[in-house]
Amino acid sequence: MTAKVLTITSGKGGVGKTTATANIGVALAALGQKVVCIDSDIGLRNLDVVMGLENRIVYDLVDVIEGRARLRQAMIKDKRLPELHMIPAAQTRDKTAIAPSDMIRICDELRPEMDWILIDSPAGIERGFRNAIAASDTALIVTNPEVSAVRDADRIIGLLEAEQKGPGKLIINRIRPELVERGDMLETADVLEILAVELIGLIPEDESVLIATNRGNPAALEPKSKAGQAFRDIARRLMGEEVPFPPLDGTESLRNRLSRLIHPKGAS
Amino acid sequence: MPLSVSVKGIHEGLLITPGEGNWEDAFSSLLEHLDSKPDFFFGAQAIIQLGSYPLHAADLATLRSALADRGLGLHSILSENPATVEAARSLGLGTSLPKRELKESPISTELRGMDAIFLQQTLRSGNSIHFPGHVTVLGDVNPGAEIIAGGSIIVWGHLRGTVHAGAQGDETSVVCAMDLSPMQLRIASHAATSPPRKGKTQPEIASLHDGRLVAEPWSPKDKPKAADGKIKGEDIQG
Repeated sequence: MTAKVLTITSGKGGVGKTTATANIGVALAALGQKVVCIDSDIGLRNLDVVMGLENRIVYDLVDVIEGRARLRQAMIKDKRLPELHMIPAAQTRDKTAIAPSDMIRICDELRPEMDWILIDSPAGIERGFRNAIAASDTALIVTNPEVSAVRDADRIIGLLEAEQKGPGKLIINRIRPELVERGDMLETADVLEILAVELIGLIPEDESVLIATNRGNPAALEPKSKAGQAFRDIARRLMGEEVPFPPLDGTESLRNRLSRLIHPKGAS
Repeated sequence: MPLSVSVKGIHEGLLITPGEGNWEDAFSSLLEHLDSKPDFFFGAQAIIQLGSYPLHAADLATLRSALADRGLGLHSILSENPATVEAARSLGLGTSLPKRELKESPISTELRGMDAIFLQQTLRSGNSIHFPGHVTVLGDVNPGAEIIAGGSIIVWGHLRGTVHAGAQGDETSVVCAMDLSPMQLRIASHAATSPPRKGKTQPEIASLHDGRLVAEPWSPKDKPKAADGKIKGEDIQG
């Protein structure tokens, strides 16, 4: 098997890259895929906390690159999902501790054993971002329906195109249907019109994500969580399934409802 | 005494010819000229035509660092003075331009025009285009992207970024777009922002009329005329 390398990136901080990485990793593993999530945010590691694996770290990514540990030793196996693995970032170093070529080497080593390699990118467009996209096959760009996050996502898409890493796929996170309804939040269509890339996920704002993050138990593991369901949908779309985008709770306008009644299969 | 400076866009970059006279005057006039339009010159490549000025390597090095301070690269030095040419070579600068074959057409049917570039891509946040002639974009210009042109700017798509037409002072330059909603629009030394759009988008053309920036719906039948502008111009130098 040859793994696909997905880099989860955004430019702006705080839009939900780490949450998305953890949840998509969990959702893919729940579908029986062999997954490894790599935290490339050297110096500000978070992925281990969100995935609830912090207390099991012995070696990290920098230890592997600098030869103090083998890849296998640094790879933490998740106890909930046997196919899920995570390689933590080093907390005591900075972005210069690794180079883009190191990421390519590590991914090449992991590719034969895995189905998916998910790389959690740091915020920004500097060295850390370059490291995170070096080995990437597809970038998943996370943004929020707000002007500044969309601006940064646009910049990131431009940089990805310049690096010949393709336009990537878009995840719009933390959508608040009631604000969109009132016209106080950018609509999905507005975001897509500016960014003009393929949409792969719409995640509603959901407090279960916050609770899950603090407990180290990703929302994708909670069958009832709306955001968790949206992340599971992303995993299925990554597997090639056609999954329609369900109307976000409360956002469905009368017009959409009517048009669905009239054209039951029409995507409006 | 200030001397004239001429600037021309050529294939290799900007051909800059300082006026004849005393080199110190010519040099200070040149810098003054560069400083008067920093946006336009930033990031460009300069070819300096020095005529017969006898300059030493040290003078050229001073010139090169003065240009570098203003974001200009020194591409080459053109001179009729053998000593200056030698000095330029010793600094590793080019001293001639590649000769291009001129196509001789039997009957000239070509219209005269300024150089232009054509870009078939979306300019995203962080992209920046600087060009001494006209710029045409087939695609969108997103917020955070900028185009600075010596001539006019045409966007076959949404224009939401920042554009500066006629950056060298050409007040006849225009900006047109299928959807003219720039973050900021400048023509020569006038600047304006877009008011929130009401109603449907339509192709529009912005130009200067009596020192005011005016945007009008584009219609092939109408001749451009001064009208009640949607964009209210304010002079940034006033």
